[in-house]
Amino acid sequence: MITIDTISKKYGKTEVLNVENIEIPKGQSFGLVGNNGAGKTTLFNILLDLIRPTTGLITNNNIVVSQSEDWKNFTGSFIDESFLIGYLTAEEYFEFIGDLRGMNKADVQKFLGQFSDFFNDEIIGKKKYLRDLSKGNQKKAGIVAALMGNPEVVILDEPFANLDPTTQIRLKQIIKNLTENKEVTVLVSSHDLTHVTEVCERIVVLDKGMVVKDIQRSEETLKELELYFSV
Amino acid sequence: MISHFLKLEWKQFFRSSHWQKGIAIKIVMAFLALYFIVVFLAIGVGGYFILKKQFPEQDPLQIVNSYLLYAVLGDLIFRYLMQKLPVMNIKPMLILPIKKSKLVHYVLAKSSISFFNILGLFFYIPFAVVLMIEGYAISGALGWLFAIILMIQSANFLNFLINKNTIALGVISVVLASLIGLQNFGIYDVTALGGQVFDAIYTNPIYSLIGVVVLAVLYNLNFKQLKNLVYLDEAVSQKVVAVKSADLSFANKLGDVAPFIKNDIRLIWRNKRTKTVFLMSFLFLFYGLIFFTQETYKEIPAMLMFASLFITGGFALNYGQFIPAWDSAHYKMLMSQSFKYRKFLESKWILMVVMTSFLYVLSFPYLYFGVDIFLMITAGAIFNIGFNSLFLLFAGSFNRKKIDLNKSGFGNTQGTSATQFLIILPLMVLPMLLFWLFNEFVGANSGYIVVAAIGVISLLCKKYAMNFIEKKYIENKYVMINAFGKEA
Repeated sequence: MITIDTISKKYGKTEVLNVENIEIPKGQSFGLVGNNGAGKTTLFNILLDLIRPTTGLITNNNIVVSQSEDWKNFTGSFIDESFLIGYLTAEEYFEFIGDLRGMNKADVQKFLGQFSDFFNDEIIGKKKYLRDLSKGNQKKAGIVAALMGNPEVVILDEPFANLDPTTQIRLKQIIKNLTENKEVTVLVSSHDLTHVTEVCERIVVLDKGMVVKDIQRSEETLKELELYFSV
Repeated sequence: MISHFLKLEWKQFFRSSHWQKGIAIKIVMAFLALYFIVVFLAIGVGGYFILKKQFPEQDPLQIVNSYLLYAVLGDLIFRYLMQKLPVMNIKPMLILPIKKSKLVHYVLAKSSISFFNILGLFFYIPFAVVLMIEGYAISGALGWLFAIILMIQSANFLNFLINKNTIALGVISVVLASLIGLQNFGIYDVTALGGQVFDAIYTNPIYSLIGVVVLAVLYNLNFKQLKNLVYLDEAVSQKVVAVKSADLSFANKLGDVAPFIKNDIRLIWRNKRTKTVFLMSFLFLFYGLIFFTQETYKEIPAMLMFASLFITGGFALNYGQFIPAWDSAHYKMLMSQSFKYRKFLESKWILMVVMTSFLYVLSFPYLYFGVDIFLMITAGAIFNIGFNSLFLLFAGSFNRKKIDLNKSGFGNTQGTSATQFLIILPLMVLPMLLFWLFNEFVGANSGYIVVAAIGVISLLCKKYAMNFIEKKYIENKYVMINAFGKEA
């Protein structure tokens, strides 16, 4: 589904990302881990054509992301709070994204209905602008918006950060459900090794912009990762 | 400790990306500041002699004194609208081992050296110096100056009390209203009283010490009030107001652009700065009154054209020049969504055109000034709709400055760069020049016709122009994402 081909990014002389080749098949749940500055967000930004790579290409469903915009139709993403429109209420924001993704008001209502547990009554009907919600609640809204319009690819940067334990567990369930039928490809980055190993079948470790590990999940994965990071 | 604070201030000022970039705006701001300083200095130095020449039988100091009361009132109103207590930036300090009282003293002290307090001194100090040179009593002039400085500082602190406290505002308003009432109905000559007070200070400089007492009391009140408010949920944070959602489903008729139009309407109405822009555009409607009522401008039709453009163009100019920076906070998200960039631009265009047309309808009363003026406004409106709205969209592709929508609107230059100054040329100067050329050398109504024709031609070429503009925006996508991601 997604092919990352010799992607590198340089700012002046410092190279922040240098990825040889990663092939992500359709329906895979792909986890990206690494310490601060490893290049996780940069890679996702390049994947979303928000930053231009210095070299290399990324193709999403055979579409080169920097050459055509057609990948946007089947790709949902949430990188950070700047993806939210602060002066809208959550409902208005969902309506806006729904409009862009070809959903009418009833579709949006129905779609949001599935997430009433996840929202835990803190998002809908609050009469608050998104900018006035707490960080965790902003994240909830952003993640759900990324899932609108039946995307085939979902990209979430640090989705577990700032969420309360209950919501983390619910989010893990949501991600598992997404990839259950091998229809939706999910890319997740996280600092939390437990969460990633739980939801992702494949985990790539980045360090200073380079791929240092690329493992299929097994019983030992968590141990292996903990050992790697405990140096 | 204070030196720490001062160092932080220094760094905050010089390290803001605003300062580090945009030479053009720096130069313009510096010139503007210099201009005001020079003007005030000139009035301060020359004021004495001008008054002496105009009113030879009166004492210039007494004339100034009799108007000082109005200066104080005007100053207070101006401050109430514009000046805010700088408390936001102490948030990171609250958890550090620094006494709260020290923080409060610091905030208050910082406020006393604000621009509002300095500007006036450029007039008062030279004026006092001239007084001394001209043979007024040195002690008297110094006492007078001292009293003025105390008064400015008192106004500074009084303003914060009024701003934070509705009761204080009520009391001040009642006092002001009654003073104006007394003066107006001739019951008591307040102006003369104000004059006498300052005259008395000149004769007996010791009276200026009363100002010290007033200032101390006001400072203390501020200190007490603020110290109670230095908590995250009080002064430091901003109030959250319950949302009032208006039904915007009428916009759905516009089809593909509807989501963006709805978004833009909410953008304008829910953010301070955009709301100011919106409301200001109605003030621009009155711009013509300044020009059309004066005989001098009747000889220079090009200047009348200038005013005519402003009457209907207030919204398009003020809103349009910052496209797409209004959406800078969530620009990344927009760029990862699937929509034609055209729709985004189209919605901004519709907004400008609708508002300009609306303002044009509101400008109908200008018929009172005659058909010529009204034709001019009409030509200006057509130019604004046809040419300016497209040109502003085009110029927007050069915008590289983030706008933080939560910051206040009035006098906020965030997002301003050289672009904003450059675009004025074609927007304003071109139609004026053309109008002047044709009006002067071809005559008849050719001036109006040319200006309106450019608008019509632009409107006819809209499709091609939009294609070109859209391409420009897409070309600049990465640079804009990068620039909008930076703190302003």
